[in-house]
Amino acid sequence: MTASSLTSVLIWLPIGAAIVIWVLPLSRYATGSLAVLVSLVEVGIWIEQAARFDFDRGGLQFSQKGAWFEDLNVSYHVGEYGFSLWLAGLTVVAMAACVGYGFWVGRDRPRAYFGLMLFLTGATVGVFVAQDLLLFYAFFEAMLIPLYVLVGVWGGPGRLGATVKFVIYTMAGSLFMLAALIVYGLQVGTFDLVDGPASASRWLFLGFMFAFVIKAPLFPFHGWLPDAYREAPPEVTAVLSGVIAKAGVYGMLRIAIAKFPEPTSYYRTLMLTLGAATLVYGSVLAFRSPSFRGVVAYSSLAQSGLIAIGLFSGTNLGYDGAVLQMVAHGLMSAALFLIAGTVERRTTTDEFALLGGMAKGRPALATLLLTVGVISLAVPGSAAFAGEFLILAGAFQRAWWWAVIGAGAMVLAAMYMLRLISAVLHEARGSTVGDEAMDLRPGELALVVPLVGILLALSAWPAGIAGHSFGSEPPTQSVEAQFK
Amino acid sequence: MINTPSVDWFSISTILVLLGASFVALLGAVLVPERARRTFATAVSVLGFVGGIVTSVWLYVDSADGHRVVSDAFYRDRWMALSQVILCGIGLATSLLASEQVARSRDEHISEFFSLLLASAAGMAFFVGSANLMVMFLALEWFSIALYVMCAIDYDVEGSLEAGLKYLVIGSFGSAALLFGSALVYGATGHLGFAEIASAVGSQGLSGDALLVLGLAMIIAGLGFKSSSAPFHMWTPDVYEGAPTTVTAFMSAATKVAAFALAFRVLRTAFPQEEHLWSWAFAGIAVASLAIGNLAALVQRNVKRMLAYSSISHAGFLLIGLSAGSALGGRALMYYLIVYAAMAFGSFAVLAARERELGVPVTLENLAGFGWERPFLGVAMWFFLFGFAGLPLGGGFVAKFYVFSAAYRHGWTWLVIVGVMATLVSLYYYLAVVRSMYMRPSEELRVAPVAGGAPPREPLLHVAVGLALAVSVGSLFAVEPLIDLAKHATSSLPF
Repeated sequence: MTASSLTSVLIWLPIGAAIVIWVLPLSRYATGSLAVLVSLVEVGIWIEQAARFDFDRGGLQFSQKGAWFEDLNVSYHVGEYGFSLWLAGLTVVAMAACVGYGFWVGRDRPRAYFGLMLFLTGATVGVFVAQDLLLFYAFFEAMLIPLYVLVGVWGGPGRLGATVKFVIYTMAGSLFMLAALIVYGLQVGTFDLVDGPASASRWLFLGFMFAFVIKAPLFPFHGWLPDAYREAPPEVTAVLSGVIAKAGVYGMLRIAIAKFPEPTSYYRTLMLTLGAATLVYGSVLAFRSPSFRGVVAYSSLAQSGLIAIGLFSGTNLGYDGAVLQMVAHGLMSAALFLIAGTVERRTTTDEFALLGGMAKGRPALATLLLTVGVISLAVPGSAAFAGEFLILAGAFQRAWWWAVIGAGAMVLAAMYMLRLISAVLHEARGSTVGDEAMDLRPGELALVVPLVGILLALSAWPAGIAGHSFGSEPPTQSVEAQFK
Repeated sequence: MINTPSVDWFSISTILVLLGASFVALLGAVLVPERARRTFATAVSVLGFVGGIVTSVWLYVDSADGHRVVSDAFYRDRWMALSQVILCGIGLATSLLASEQVARSRDEHISEFFSLLLASAAGMAFFVGSANLMVMFLALEWFSIALYVMCAIDYDVEGSLEAGLKYLVIGSFGSAALLFGSALVYGATGHLGFAEIASAVGSQGLSGDALLVLGLAMIIAGLGFKSSSAPFHMWTPDVYEGAPTTVTAFMSAATKVAAFALAFRVLRTAFPQEEHLWSWAFAGIAVASLAIGNLAALVQRNVKRMLAYSSISHAGFLLIGLSAGSALGGRALMYYLIVYAAMAFGSFAVLAARERELGVPVTLENLAGFGWERPFLGVAMWFFLFGFAGLPLGGGFVAKFYVFSAAYRHGWTWLVIVGVMATLVSLYYYLAVVRSMYMRPSEELRVAPVAGGAPPREPLLHVAVGLALAVSVGSLFAVEPLIDLAKHATSSLPF
């Protein structure tokens, strides 16, 4: 099999498997096993791609182009850049962990559930590798459909309201993106992202950005986030914050910044302000939040702001740091939400008031939560520290005050993460925490430990991603050349 | 001695096949014993529509150079042929659906039902090829009268009778407007043929003539009634709700195809000089349809009624393509019609199954749990609704993309924005249906099928829904071939 077709396989294998699962009347066990197997094969394919990837060369690799409809120059064009490779990797790894979690807890209606999870995997990979605007849009929207059902069917008691809010919000954004991409594509005569020239239209830039700031999300477009993250099943929340939110910031980098250089610099201050506001606001809310999931949810919001600061700083360090942080934060929040899920399974709640003292007799849980917590409060030496440091250094090159705001937020991050750790693990034993230990089972460890392992590896060698996302040229040149 | 024109029989073969099948089905009412009548009529109808598909595909292949036949009264071109293929496809699916879904109590008149179905499809096939105002009106009345009767076929159900009567009264009003408009246009130009009208307007400098413009406006209104575009839509919700669901499925899909295919032809062929007028008029009607259809659908609890309003809003999207008036608009229109017809038919067919199961009108409440009870129909409905909403689960997404592109090419970015907003609003009520199918278990609402036990086996319904699903999903992947078909069809119109 040629390397180029691997990209397509990465998209269509899980979607095909989803259809197989929907059609064949397999047993609960067989369905779950098949889904886990397919998501592991996905990881395998991705590793194969990463091994063959030429990190020194800029430009598109593993690309494949076919006609979709020539009438308006829309094509099926997929391929990977360094940064899209990393995001696709994040997707398959996090999805594998989440599918495994669904299997472990034994979700109801397994055929529907696992089919949707696999469909979501394919669509999300599609977003990160699509090199045609309409194809990108199709995958961007296609992610929404399984998410809607996953939250709406398997979610908590307030799920119906949460799904409506989530879908209406995100569709509002993406429909304006549809209008913008039609205008862009017909103006320049192609919908191809690689061939398409840069545009100076501020309206189009805003149309695209509207979709991305809602998906990411950035303050004040985050209204859907608290409900959706609270009501979704934990593994779906992990996907939402770890992977789906990255589609928003990825879109900023791949489309908004690369295709609209003039509007980007015109709106730079606005975007940096939004990013900084998100960072501070999210951090403060995380500090105030009374529940495990609330803290992680708002810290994800804050991180989206930080990544946006990195991207819109428009500096080499900022771009590198943003890509590193996308991956690192994706892994951290996926791991944290999965741990939140295991805590909820043991205590039926994630409210701090009812939790506490869980470290006693649960060394594995305590170790993992502490490790991920410490990494995500960006302790020096961690992957998150490397990412945040690069972003702040990049922001500093733009103007010193952005870095000051960012550094202030890092202090807040330490405060809310430590608060979370102590509220769950230490302090007096909560009323819902039972006497019997019930530490993490091997099944759960098998899901969370790999995520933590990758995080530790990234902590040891952050340049693995930060130095391998834009080819050998400096990122700013690569962005200026629209990744050609 | 009357001079008879030479007749190109092949050009009207689809219509003849359908009419022939209609007569055979009608004969079945007298000659075939009652217990075999349903099977016989279904078989005749299916064969008739398959025959219609064959002849119209053949016509499509064999009519690369469009021209007029039978004293210049009828077009033999690809626009007509493609529309006929779509119409016969809808007819075929409707026959499968009707075989199981038309009430058992109607057994003695089942042949008449199929006969009417075939006759109305023949009328529509005639309508889309008409080349002068007279033929247009004749064909319109032909298929409308068949539809009036089909709406009222459940004559002991009050709603059905009401639907038939309402459709008759308001439909006649629309026909009258069309007829009056035709008369005014004839008065202004002295011609009935579409092409002659255009050349008369050109040669006599009639563009902007008051009589002509008034006539055009009334023709637009008349076609607006048939395509259920706002503000000519008021009959739609009541008729769609009251008519037997099988008939609603046919009507919502086929009437739109016929009305829009003809409207685009008339405007392009007969009134190219007035394009600045009709494109604005249609843009206005499109905005009205989008606004009224979507906003009214938001508050409906009865799902059939909701889909009726949704069909008004889709008339709005189709009108966006129509108002662009360009070749791209024509392609967008054809592609949209193919996808829309499949989705509209399919969604009403699924409702028919639920209605039969419950014995009462389907509401958002009693749809609860349906998706889990009947997985195939549930998933199909899921695809249709998301397709309606323009999410990329099927061709509905590409169709919206095309009409918006056509509007943008025409220089109407504002219309794209309006369409985008309308799509956003529509999402709310489409999702409401998915929500009640999947996210609220039926135990919670204590709705049980009236008969109890397993739902009826409905193999033909499943085939019909499967066909609709295949078209609506397949059109996402086969955009290029479908657009090529539409492109060749559009190229037979003058631009």
